[in-house]
Amino acid sequence: MSDKMIVKATVNGEECEALVEPRTLLVHMIRESLHLTGTHIGCDTTSCGACTVLLDGKPVKSCTILAVQANGREIATVEGLETAAGLSVVQEGFKEEHGLHCGYCTPGMMMTVTALLEENPDPTEDEIRKAISGNLCRCTGYVNIIKAVQYAAGKKEGAAA
Amino acid sequence: MLPSTFEYVAPTSLDEALQALVAGAGDAKIMSGGQSLLPMMKLRLASPGTIIDLNGIAGLDTLEEVDGMLHIGALVRHGEIERSELIRDRYPMMRDASLHLADPLIRNRGTFCGSLAHGDPAGDWATVAATLGAEIHAVGPDGAVVHSAIDFQTSMFETQLGSDQILVEVRIPAPKPGQGSAYLKIERKVGDYAAAAVGVMIVVDGGTITEASIGLTNVGPLTIHAADAAASLVGKSIDDAAAFEEAGRLAMEISEPSSDLRGPEEYKRDLVRVLTKRALRTAGARAQGKEA
Repeated sequence: MSDKMIVKATVNGEECEALVEPRTLLVHMIRESLHLTGTHIGCDTTSCGACTVLLDGKPVKSCTILAVQANGREIATVEGLETAAGLSVVQEGFKEEHGLHCGYCTPGMMMTVTALLEENPDPTEDEIRKAISGNLCRCTGYVNIIKAVQYAAGKKEGAAA
Repeated sequence: MLPSTFEYVAPTSLDEALQALVAGAGDAKIMSGGQSLLPMMKLRLASPGTIIDLNGIAGLDTLEEVDGMLHIGALVRHGEIERSELIRDRYPMMRDASLHLADPLIRNRGTFCGSLAHGDPAGDWATVAATLGAEIHAVGPDGAVVHSAIDFQTSMFETQLGSDQILVEVRIPAPKPGQGSAYLKIERKVGDYAAAAVGVMIVVDGGTITEASIGLTNVGPLTIHAADAAASLVGKSIDDAAAFEEAGRLAMEISEPSSDLRGPEEYKRDLVRVLTKRALRTAGARAQGKEA
């Protein structure tokens, strides 16, 4: 009935393979098969966005996608943000502006923001607020999170200029 | 939380999907975005024996106008509707609804058609589809079937879609000259159902309303088609504030909200009255080329 299936996906630019049951959620494959535990499980009910990853560049909730649905697709997780050149501008923004308190929502928050800045490099405060409206921060650290995004946007613009 | 075990089928054609659906003999479910189905499976409110995933089927992502109809394929995500220039320019009611539907992450995955097939009685798209006169195109073992959006939903999580049918596309009549529309929703927080929401479509010719349609979300057992309120507007001037007031009152009268965490019944009724008026003003301004 539910034999295990092989999932082949590109995760943070690397070809990965996992053997999972069809009912395995993408977040479990990422954490337990690929051992990338930066992606958090928060509410497990499609409410909080702590498990946000990029699926083909779009932020989605990995607790509400089956691992088998990632077959042949590209996944980006928080582990892929840092490069040999150092922290990504988004990571740097969160560090510089204290965009985290307990840190639980941070990986998901940063993935959503990374996608936002790809699509809209110079978002208004309103656009930032709307973009992160699916990611809950229960420390309610939104003010600094918004500053972090603005820092990252400015830095990105500076790098592009 | 994990769903109970199921067999996963990833067809690459509709024919294959239909075969799997028939083979599943009533115990198979179609998945497109999975943003409602998968949470229900995790909570074990649904335990289908087979999941048939549409995501590998090419050609289901159409979002374009063809011969006077907007075609929305089964894999068009809410977010694509939100970001589409065609939708922004020609179907403002859809854009309004897309901006306040679930949250941005869910909108990147969930689909318009899946939302209709799911049949949630509080779904925003059901109201939009009914108010814009949508056709719901499905395929079954005996070929193509077309349902009308206005009576598509039959009860909570039940629609006219047969258990051996796959919803493949929704078609919405392209706007007529002088058409304006709007969708207004009051929600407590991002991702919540509407405390109340109203969809309005009107056609204005020479300052007179010639056609109107009004739908109400989550203020009754299913989407409510406020036919009397809409009919009361036909022949009225687009500047007739009293006519808008009357339409709001009639919409309020036909609504049957229940008191819950989103507010008491009286509050929701009044929301319907006020939202109807406001949506009419916005739709009217849009019909006249003045964005409100």
